[in-house]
Amino acid sequence: MNAPNVGILSLFIASILTSNILLANFLGTCSFISISKDFKSSMGLGIAVTMVIGICSAVCWVVLYYIIVPLGIEYLSFIIFIIVIAGVVQMLEMIIDRFSPSLYMALGIFLPLITVNCAVLGVILFMQIRYYNFIQAVVFGFGSGAGWWLSIMLLASIRRKLDNNNAIPAGLKGTGITLITIGFMAMAFIGFSGMIAIQ
Amino acid sequence: MTALRKVMKDGLWTNTPIFVQVLGICSTLAVTNNLRNTMIMVLGVTFATAMGSWTLSLLKDLIPRKVRMIVQVLVLSFYVIIIDILLRAYQPAISKQLGPYVGLIITNCILMGRAEAFAAANKPGLSFADGLANGLGYGWVLVCIAFIRELLGFGTIFGFKVMGGNFTPWTIMVMAPSAFFLVASALWVANVYKARAEAKKKAAPPNQGSAAPAAQK
Repeated sequence: MNAPNVGILSLFIASILTSNILLANFLGTCSFISISKDFKSSMGLGIAVTMVIGICSAVCWVVLYYIIVPLGIEYLSFIIFIIVIAGVVQMLEMIIDRFSPSLYMALGIFLPLITVNCAVLGVILFMQIRYYNFIQAVVFGFGSGAGWWLSIMLLASIRRKLDNNNAIPAGLKGTGITLITIGFMAMAFIGFSGMIAIQ
Repeated sequence: MTALRKVMKDGLWTNTPIFVQVLGICSTLAVTNNLRNTMIMVLGVTFATAMGSWTLSLLKDLIPRKVRMIVQVLVLSFYVIIIDILLRAYQPAISKQLGPYVGLIITNCILMGRAEAFAAANKPGLSFADGLANGLGYGWVLVCIAFIRELLGFGTIFGFKVMGGNFTPWTIMVMAPSAFFLVASALWVANVYKARAEAKKKAAPPNQGSAAPAAQK
């Protein structure tokens, strides 16, 4: 089970654009749709998700290859990953609270939500299935987080314009038109997929 | 019995997770380009939601408020692990195709949503029915989407070729964007239908109301 032969830079760019965790793999869609109503909250959640995914993928890689695999308890890996994510989120919350109260005020409500954000667990499971090495796992984690952040910022900006548009049919208002917008964004992002492949 | 019927109707139609709450599109939408995989995922989600709601409803008085979230996640991941192990043992090929998405059922918002919104305040039996109805209500929408995607994307249904020889597959249907478009269209149809039903309802009572006093006179 060797690590795939992928360059660090191309892995980073691919995880932001062509294999965007949200637009190509549908992960983290729930909070994506509900939070993107508001530009400021999107910014906060985007930063929080990027940090949590990056740190969690590093921690989970260590846990996976130094605890789970040697002990042969792969069947428990889902539960262990969830506990690690919850722990990391809790720690991050305490650290931010201690060192930067203003950032804590901005991110406070979003941090607990991240524990059940599918994007975090998704990145970790992808990392496990593709046998990334440590560096690749960290790069993939931060890249995916950045990709999620980029797409929520784009969508939040588009939704600001959409809110003032009266030409949208009544049945499509709100979530419907948002989903269609996400579809178009996905087409744009996936359009590059011939250039870089990471699987 | 009426409570049970109301719960079933809510989950399957009036309050369908996908249309009304827009929850849980995350993990399952990714496998909707294949009808068979979708069925398996839907069954998995339904099983985990129903059993998870039942268990959490049994435990609701024992769990301290502070650690409720993490207990919920642990109980749900227990059921998801069962699904994963069963799939690996009996359907290794499908398990491989689904990849990480089986594990991601844990973070599907429907599971936590039902545990929090319904099972935390209701009896075990009713919570089980609620989980079942919500899982299936979510499932039938996804199966419809998967049917369209597989038919147009590969020209097959359950892997059997149904389109004629000169049918050109729509590559877009296999890729992610089409799923978003199809969910949006389904949402549109449902919204229009609901708006019409509501307009009818609104139009009906005033007529009866004005008719009744007239009759009394």
